[in-house]
Amino acid sequence: MIDARTGSKARLTAIVRWAQWRRSIRLLLIHLVLLAGVVLTGAPYLYTITGSFKENSEIFSLPLRFWPQEPTLTNYQRLLSGSEIPFLRQMGNSAVVAVAQTALTLLVVSMVGWGFAKYEFAGKRVLFLALLATLTIPFQVTLVPLFLLMLRLRWVDTYWAIVLPGAVNAFGVFFMRQAMLAVPRDLLDAARIDGASEWGLFWRIGLPLSRGALSVMGLLIFVSSWNDYLWPLIVLRTQQKFTYPLGLATLVGLYKVEYGMILAGAFLASLPVIALFVAGRNQLLQNLTIGSIRG
Amino acid sequence: MSGARRMKLAPYLFISPFFLGYAVFFVYPVLRSLYLSFFEQQGVRSQPRFVGFENYLQLLSDGLFLKALLNTTYYAAGSVFVIVPAALGLALLLTARGLHGREFFRLFFFAPYFTSGVVIAIIFSIVFSRDYGLINNYLLAPLGLPKVEWLRNPVAIMPAIILVGLWHYLGVNALYFLVGLQNIPPELKEAAVIDGAGSWQLFRYVTLPLLRPILIFVVTIAIIGSYNLFAEPAVLLGAEGGPNNAGLFMTMYLYLVGFRFLDFGYASAIGYALALIIIALTLLQLRLMGVFREE
Repeated sequence: MIDARTGSKARLTAIVRWAQWRRSIRLLLIHLVLLAGVVLTGAPYLYTITGSFKENSEIFSLPLRFWPQEPTLTNYQRLLSGSEIPFLRQMGNSAVVAVAQTALTLLVVSMVGWGFAKYEFAGKRVLFLALLATLTIPFQVTLVPLFLLMLRLRWVDTYWAIVLPGAVNAFGVFFMRQAMLAVPRDLLDAARIDGASEWGLFWRIGLPLSRGALSVMGLLIFVSSWNDYLWPLIVLRTQQKFTYPLGLATLVGLYKVEYGMILAGAFLASLPVIALFVAGRNQLLQNLTIGSIRG
Repeated sequence: MSGARRMKLAPYLFISPFFLGYAVFFVYPVLRSLYLSFFEQQGVRSQPRFVGFENYLQLLSDGLFLKALLNTTYYAAGSVFVIVPAALGLALLLTARGLHGREFFRLFFFAPYFTSGVVIAIIFSIVFSRDYGLINNYLLAPLGLPKVEWLRNPVAIMPAIILVGLWHYLGVNALYFLVGLQNIPPELKEAAVIDGAGSWQLFRYVTLPLLRPILIFVVTIAIIGSYNLFAEPAVLLGAEGGPNNAGLFMTMYLYLVGFRFLDFGYASAIGYALALIIIALTLLQLRLMGVFREE
């Protein structure tokens, strides 16, 4: 009797142990797969950075070396001297465009978001459906007529052509409306009784209470403007006005052998985005999916 | 101004800046594009000539258009059947119990999403280089496999571009799936386990059905994203998509026709064809996923 009981207990511990062992092996495998993924994802980026500190002769020599033999700043010096393209200026252009785009779009979309979230008015449903329609029609449809319009307005080769159409961001409206629905109505009514204007309600209560959504939306707008290639390629004409993706693309087209310089440019252009990503990572991970999935 | 009148007027003031831009930069171009697609207009100064459906008929026998359609569809299939399942797999790994560094992995795989298309093309031109590339030297050579001409061999170009897409979009899609996985009530899984479900059955009959809304969302943006792809193939392979136009995508073809050949009427027809294809594919996909089924 006693023997049998200890026997089954021993068997039980063996089973539990085996299950634990199996689980830790599984967990170990998961870690290994994820680490392999990190290496495969990170290697191209890292190689770009290390490559930007190599002489071209080293980039194009076998066997490949991941780390530079004799680290050099030549690529950066040549790129920033502006002898090939005015790269610093183009980065500056990108910054101007992206900042202006972010400020204007945030203002415009949060105003509409506020209008839809906090007021009842005639035509609200129709206008909201019209917005929905925007999301089903791909932007490619508008490229040609929008370009012809820019020609007529004489906005080709100016940043108006980028920033103004860019502010018509239907996704941003949904996102901000979703966030602004949460602003309590009582708070607004109380402020109205205290004599606040409708604009004051939006500016002093609506915007501050939607800070989280504003910062995520702002980050997304900034990054997509900073990275945009197709539309600036269509409307910008001169090297001096180019944003950096156009500049880098010309470098790729013209100087395929000067790869170190191109890599240096790619790295420099990624720095602002990396900085923003690191600074806003928690906000981003929490809020990125709000507008898209529940909205 | 009286309170009631104020409340009536305010919402229109909030939404008018956006809807003004919406009319000028979206509604007008969409209608204008439809109009243009029935005309032949070469260059800015030429007189448009009405041609009826000729542009649309020409699409059906245009070898380059059909090639671009085929390539883009190939890529779309790759993103739906390779990138999306890989992202789901990654999301499942990231929810493993006892995982160390979950936050780090989540952020790391998400980061490439923020990289500019032009920078990605620069990074991947050294990944795919035949003689000095990372894949041929670090992955294929150790296995004794021959060097692949990733960007020159027409058969290898599409897999290469899909690989770029995998690198770019794996993490963001995994993030969407993660949100969905977190919303699955743990009791459901526990109940299934108590009923004797293995991990495959748990995935197949509990997790996957509950992820359906997210899956629909992710597949929809994967399809739309495929038809929008421009910067990466255009910079990696050139505007014509490389040898034999093996990497020519729909948006690249629209750009070529509209902004290199200045054939505005025909480019508008391409834009509308593209819109119809995207809408048809999205509806087909929603149907396959059972969105329209009565429940």
